[in-house]
Amino acid sequence: MPVQTAAPKIEVRASTPAVTNGKAKVAVRDLNFFYGRVQALHDISLDIPERIVMAFIGPSGCGKSTFLRTLNRMNDVIPGTRADGQVLIDDHDIYAAGTDVVALRRRVGMVFQKSNPFPKSIFDNVAYGLRINRMAESSSDLQGRVEQALKDAALWNEVKDRLKTSALSLSGGQQQRLCIARALAVRPEVLLMDEPASALDPIATSKIEELIFDLKKQYTIVIVTHNMQQAARVSDTTAFFLLGKLIEVNATEQMFTAPKEKLTEDYITGRFG
Amino acid sequence: MTSLTALCTLLAVSALLIILFYIAWQGIDSISIRFLTDTPRPVGEGGGIGNAILGSLVLLLVSSAIGLPLGICVGVYLAEVGTGRFAGAVRFIVDTLTGIPSIVTGVFVYTILVIPMRHFSALAGGVALALIMIPIVARTTEEMLKLVPHSLREGALALGAPQWRVTLGVVLPAAAPGIATGAMLAIARVSGETAPLLFTAFGSRFFSTSLNEPIASLTVQIYNYAISPYDEWHAQAWAATLVLMTLVLGINIIVRFLTRKRF
Repeated sequence: MPVQTAAPKIEVRASTPAVTNGKAKVAVRDLNFFYGRVQALHDISLDIPERIVMAFIGPSGCGKSTFLRTLNRMNDVIPGTRADGQVLIDDHDIYAAGTDVVALRRRVGMVFQKSNPFPKSIFDNVAYGLRINRMAESSSDLQGRVEQALKDAALWNEVKDRLKTSALSLSGGQQQRLCIARALAVRPEVLLMDEPASALDPIATSKIEELIFDLKKQYTIVIVTHNMQQAARVSDTTAFFLLGKLIEVNATEQMFTAPKEKLTEDYITGRFG
Repeated sequence: MTSLTALCTLLAVSALLIILFYIAWQGIDSISIRFLTDTPRPVGEGGGIGNAILGSLVLLLVSSAIGLPLGICVGVYLAEVGTGRFAGAVRFIVDTLTGIPSIVTGVFVYTILVIPMRHFSALAGGVALALIMIPIVARTTEEMLKLVPHSLREGALALGAPQWRVTLGVVLPAAAPGIATGAMLAIARVSGETAPLLFTAFGSRFFSTSLNEPIASLTVQIYNYAISPYDEWHAQAWAATLVLMTLVLGINIIVRFLTRKRF
């Protein structure tokens, strides 16, 4: 039985301007996604412009993480999943037959909710993506790129004297920034972040948020967050999801002061979710 | 609850300790440099187990060279690659293999290797031991790989790593200490095997490292001496048992050291 029959009816006005006219880095068209027979995403259409931070908000189970993971086809590793529709990155459909998923994931990096450094040294963690993609021309080039990635992730000063020690010896916040450095090292065009600060304390969280603010100059960033203050602080645009549907996309400031949709307003004022 | 489990633990551990001390007590007197380096001699002339120590090491080397890679590959297949009914069938067969009496393995290798080659050989002995190792290594490898968090695989995949590089470069190293423990378990298990060697490696009175010749081993030597009617050989069997135990312990320590958790 499809799950949506049990769900409350959601009325979405067709006017929600999820699709803009400007140049979109990522353009999603009529995306439906299924876990087996359960439909998790319904007709999502959305443009993500270049070099901005877009936040996905919504209650647990609304599909925002699932949607994020469709953007680098990370859901492919889950058996029994299926995606219908188009996800265009630079006008190329990543779900088209013959797409090189490995190359796609290099272009669309990802940082996960729970930091997942490899049980290797700090250096080897950052160098991993560079090595498998043969991006460094020499060992000094490799070192330079690792250093740059660690600087970009605002971690260099804390770890420069112990690059050979285990990544697992770092604190939770440092581990998460290491994972960001690891993702940045391969120079992705888009960076997906799945609740990157949800397991961190406020100080580590603010470091990550500052980092996101800096990274936006170079990268297109999509961040899933449970924390609406965080969405308000870091993002330019916010998308609100509910029960697998995209309810509203709006400039963040407007979203949190004068949302267009009643459902959005109910959510951000804490009436449900 | 506490006292019951403590009592059971005490019983089990004390049985183990009694065996260890009894072997040490019975065996220590016969151990000498000559005993460890000489070949067997007729009753009354002393002699030693040097060739059997060497033979056991050769057999362990051959069986590990065959059994460990195969077993690890099967484990990787079961944990990372195989899905559905076929993988289920493989898992069932591997579990069944674990329970096959080792003498049956010996007879099987006798049929497929010794008879066609027309003679006993170290190779046949190594293959027989490898067949015993494979299911043990395969299952422990599978269990250890399944313990590696899924997030590590996703992290590597998200960096643009193809599946095989994720398995080789991230998942296997993360599981290495556990896999080494499984390998140790398998080596310890086969180093105590006698039955599969009787029909395959057979035994020898001389030093040999040739895979094409029959070869001595500690366990077969212990078996032959233990069933003999001579007190001197009985004492040598105890001493050889002590050497075998020390050997297994030594291998255990070395492997643990080599695969200790670095990160």
